[in-house]
Amino acid sequence: MLQIVADGLVIGSVVSLGAIGLTLTFSILRFSNFAHGEFMAWGAYFALTALLMFGATEAGGPRAIAPFSFGWPLLAAAAVAAVLTALLVLALDSALFRRLRRQGAITLVIASFGAALALRNLLLYFYGGVPQYYSQELQIAVALLPRSVMGGLRITPDQLFVLGLAAVTVVGVHLFLQRSTLGRAMRATSMNPQLARVAGIDPEHVLRATWVIGGVLAAVAGVFAGLTVQLRPTLGLDLLLPLFAAVILGGIGSVWGAVIGGLIVGLAESAAVHVVGAEYRAAAAFVVLIAILLVRPTGLFAEKT
Amino acid sequence: MVDWLAQYSGWLSYGSFFLVFAGTYAIIVLGLNLQWGYTGLFNVGVAGFVAVGAYTSAILTTPDAADRIGGFGWPVAAGWVAAMGVSGLVGLAVGAVALRLRHDYLAITTFGVAVTIQLLATNLQPLTGGTFGMQFIPKPLQGWLGTGLAWNLAYLALVLALLGAVYLALQTLVQSPWGRVLRAIREDEAAAESLGKRAFVFRLQSFVIGSMLMGLGGAVYAHFVGYIAPEDFLPILTFQLWAMLIVGGSGNHRGAVLGAFVVWGFWAASGSLLRGWVPQAEQARAAALQVALIGVLIALMLLWRPRGLVGETVAVSRSE
Repeated sequence: MLQIVADGLVIGSVVSLGAIGLTLTFSILRFSNFAHGEFMAWGAYFALTALLMFGATEAGGPRAIAPFSFGWPLLAAAAVAAVLTALLVLALDSALFRRLRRQGAITLVIASFGAALALRNLLLYFYGGVPQYYSQELQIAVALLPRSVMGGLRITPDQLFVLGLAAVTVVGVHLFLQRSTLGRAMRATSMNPQLARVAGIDPEHVLRATWVIGGVLAAVAGVFAGLTVQLRPTLGLDLLLPLFAAVILGGIGSVWGAVIGGLIVGLAESAAVHVVGAEYRAAAAFVVLIAILLVRPTGLFAEKT
Repeated sequence: MVDWLAQYSGWLSYGSFFLVFAGTYAIIVLGLNLQWGYTGLFNVGVAGFVAVGAYTSAILTTPDAADRIGGFGWPVAAGWVAAMGVSGLVGLAVGAVALRLRHDYLAITTFGVAVTIQLLATNLQPLTGGTFGMQFIPKPLQGWLGTGLAWNLAYLALVLALLGAVYLALQTLVQSPWGRVLRAIREDEAAAESLGKRAFVFRLQSFVIGSMLMGLGGAVYAHFVGYIAPEDFLPILTFQLWAMLIVGGSGNHRGAVLGAFVVWGFWAASGSLLRGWVPQAEQARAAALQVALIGVLIALMLLWRPRGLVGETVAVSRSE
């Protein structure tokens, strides 16, 4: 029982981070970006390449920090990946999305669709289809609770790290949106673009900032996915449905909604694995999605429009 | 002389093969065009609806098999009608949930439907054969025509006749008052509603008819190849079909059919180029590049020629 919750929270924290970026682009750029999952996958692979350049993937390695399977090189690689992913996203925007913005949301959705296809298959082209890992080291799960307490609880240090850093990131994004000038400008643009423009906010500046934040969060989430599961070119495609389910569940544009939505989707997936079997895991997000569309299509924490 | 004849029939065989696929895709793209081109409904799960049709017909028409449920030995024609029916029902369910909401939701829901159908096809082994797929899907009239070129050509004639029938039916449909309402809703929903046209009902009808055509295309595909597996209905199929519609020009039936033939030709040609030029070990990577190319093709068409090769025939005064 506790194990299902813990596994769900780990899955959910990855989904949450991806969903924050998606919900921001959804509400500020006003289209559902089917390429967002690919940003995560590219971020994960950028980090792998950086790690290889640091020469830090050799088994074990003295540079790993005590309980974790990785050390400073991975953190540095994640930072490099975040920068590269943000640049990739900005390049894609100026090459494709910005030129199509006048044609309406659905054209952008189709474009994001084509972009996702190209990005995913380029990953397959560059890295091959074989799953890869940041570290060859096997990590032993630590028993936090014995079996006698509600079925026990085992978790790897890496998973704890992901949970902790995800929480820190979410709080950081929240503070940024609430306190900083740019964050306020983003929220204003999300609520009413015309009014925001009248108030002197440069919409292009806000759009670029949104892409950068979405790209950075996607890269971090991608690295987490690579760390807790594995790296594979379909990483983005497999996460797309959970991401959308989380965004709609939380209400489009709501950061905390995306976080809660991501955690709920993660818990649903984890429960599905234990109850129905791992092969139907991907359907859990779909069930959540259909349920929320039937019951409350505006999501749990919809921003007032 | 015999050599020449053999080569000639080789070309004919390949040609009929190519055209059967193109014709099948054209039927599906016509369904997609009704949904997107005429109604503005963005379906990202086309492969799922195609798979439902293929599997429905396969389950109903295959002979009884010991290791799985199904195998009812129905006549092929009945299987095709059932394929349309079941795909239409899936369309009805999806539409009932998602068509009342903002249009992105339909895209997301249909994407989820395709993922889920893929999952079911892979894991409901007793019904679908799992990853091994279903074999021995009957090829109609094979008892008379044998397995050779004659059958291929006969099937081609059947597909083209079917395509013609679908084309004419849709042409009649969109020129009828019903079709005018569809376009009115697509252009200005509030105005159409104010004239007493319930947008949701018309959208749902269009979505279901489009889904039925996708199911029909799936069944036609299954009975031509004789074998289906979950990997035949991956998201790449959806992308290919979208590329066909966008390249050909949505909102125009001629464009949809033209796009199916052009993009399938482009796909087949680039595929055989890759096979010929790229060494064996690199073929999987090269195939990935080929798919990436389709993605770039969609993006370039949107940027440079958003109306496609043919484009929509402007029939009524438009608000822009």
